[in-house]
Amino acid sequence: MSRTLTLRRFADRAELTAAVVLVVAPAIVVFAWMLSLAFKNDLENSAYPPVFIPSHITFDNFAATLQRGTFFRYLTNSLIVSGMSTLIGLLLGVPAGYGIARARANRLAAFVLISRITPGLSYLIPLFILFRYLDLIGTLVPMILIHIVITLPIVIWVMMGFFETLPRDLEEAATIDGATWWQAFRYIALPLARPGIVVATILSFIFSWNNFVFGIVLTGRETRTLPVAVYNSMSFEQISWGPLAASALLVTLPVLILTILLQKEIVHGLTTGGLKGG
Amino acid sequence: MASVPLSYPDPGRRRLKVGAARYWWFIGPSVVVILSIVLFPWIFTIWMSVQEWSPGGPPSYVGMRNYSELMTSDRFLGSAGRTLYFTALAVIIPLFTGTFSALVFHREFPLRGLLRGIFILPMMATPVAIALVWTMMFHPQLGVLNYVLGLFGLPTSLWVYSADTVIPSLVLVEVWHWTPLVALIVLGGLAALPVEPYEAAKLDGATRWQTFRYITLPLLLPFLVVAAIIRTIDALKTFDTIYVITQGGPGVASETINIHLYLQAFAFHNIGYASALVVVFFAIIVALALVLLYLRQKAKWS
Repeated sequence: MSRTLTLRRFADRAELTAAVVLVVAPAIVVFAWMLSLAFKNDLENSAYPPVFIPSHITFDNFAATLQRGTFFRYLTNSLIVSGMSTLIGLLLGVPAGYGIARARANRLAAFVLISRITPGLSYLIPLFILFRYLDLIGTLVPMILIHIVITLPIVIWVMMGFFETLPRDLEEAATIDGATWWQAFRYIALPLARPGIVVATILSFIFSWNNFVFGIVLTGRETRTLPVAVYNSMSFEQISWGPLAASALLVTLPVLILTILLQKEIVHGLTTGGLKGG
Repeated sequence: MASVPLSYPDPGRRRLKVGAARYWWFIGPSVVVILSIVLFPWIFTIWMSVQEWSPGGPPSYVGMRNYSELMTSDRFLGSAGRTLYFTALAVIIPLFTGTFSALVFHREFPLRGLLRGIFILPMMATPVAIALVWTMMFHPQLGVLNYVLGLFGLPTSLWVYSADTVIPSLVLVEVWHWTPLVALIVLGGLAALPVEPYEAAKLDGATRWQTFRYITLPLLLPFLVVAAIIRTIDALKTFDTIYVITQGGPGVASETINIHLYLQAFAFHNIGYASALVVVFFAIIVALALVLLYLRQKAKWS
């Protein structure tokens, strides 16, 4: 009896292990291949059969990307666009999430989702014409403004879910003691909401950082964000995979590291809103 | 406490109303911003969709001509067909893979947190970077996918380089990309399941498949419908991966509505026609989302 039991437990373990491997392997394989391409020299990258583990690790591909000089300009552009649009998203969205949660304005919450349903391209035609009319094309302003479409709904949804879990008793007690509703929000709810704000910041920054479609329309040579810059480098050096993989890795590496480090918070934030960017 | 009046004139209702108004100061600025970012483009788009407008010249009113042109354009109708084909596959397959993944992550095992972090990497990673890696993997001669197929003695494929296989290949990328999102939604559902039915099933000696089929699956159905709605909206809108990997090619074999729209607006500068396309595209998205919402209501009642 006990023998069949341990045998069954062993079989169960093996089955679970196999299932876990099956589920995680696709992600690992693709990112491992990305690493492999980025750290191999051109000879091995164009070899057939493919070389999986580089015979010696080379940093030439990264050097080629970084030496072009434009990389840091595009990095700065990306940081400014995602940073500013996330900041604006937080300033507007945190109070809004609080208000919607406290007033139980469910219809308003659904309204916020309109921007989640609308394809990014449909904002682009009118806004492109508007920005050209205002002579803003060639600056980062159009990008910062349009990225609010990504950041604001994320912040509102994450904060809404977060404030709903906070008891309102404290705020009510404070107002009875003479605090205004704004003070109750500012000095009681807001400090308690710090973990929620962290999640909202990370998610909205990541989805803004990843956005591509707004950038290909609204940016020029000087104002490109990193995803656009990486895409543009593809057309010219289609065969040299190493530098391309290296620059792709540089763009997405911050996101990957953040995701691994903060997976718990990110998963929590994603499930409260059930959303993704753009 | 002494200052609290003993009776309110009309307790619940009045308080809620006053309360809601108070919160407008918190919500208002966001509503104004969203309205101006969403509403202005909409009004402008609808206006442009009845104009003929190319850069350089002034717009001129053409009535419904853009729409009738759209409905008789083989290129648009073709792109609509491809979009539905792509969307159907890119919704249904992740529902299976995502549910399976969620069932796995619902169990306890060592390093679960770290592995879950790795598991969600595809949906967090920059789509352009992902698309570049897949482009290299799809390469018919030097790509790693054909090499692996060859190892197992399977016939190689032209992947995104042939009109017949380009859409299934792009669906493969999409499934890889978004299985984690479906899994997270289903995991939320699994966490909310009641315990009692499982205890009863165990007492009755139900097999694991029976438990899944007759208890878990019906209880998960509302979550699966939510996942299907979100997935449908996202699949219809897919742009980054298709644009980077194929740009709609070979020929127009992977030109979905969204790609067609981009090319019309920003490569050919047919602003009026592209605006009509936006209106029709949005109508399709809303219609499909409503169908799924209706199914959700039905799933709730039965």
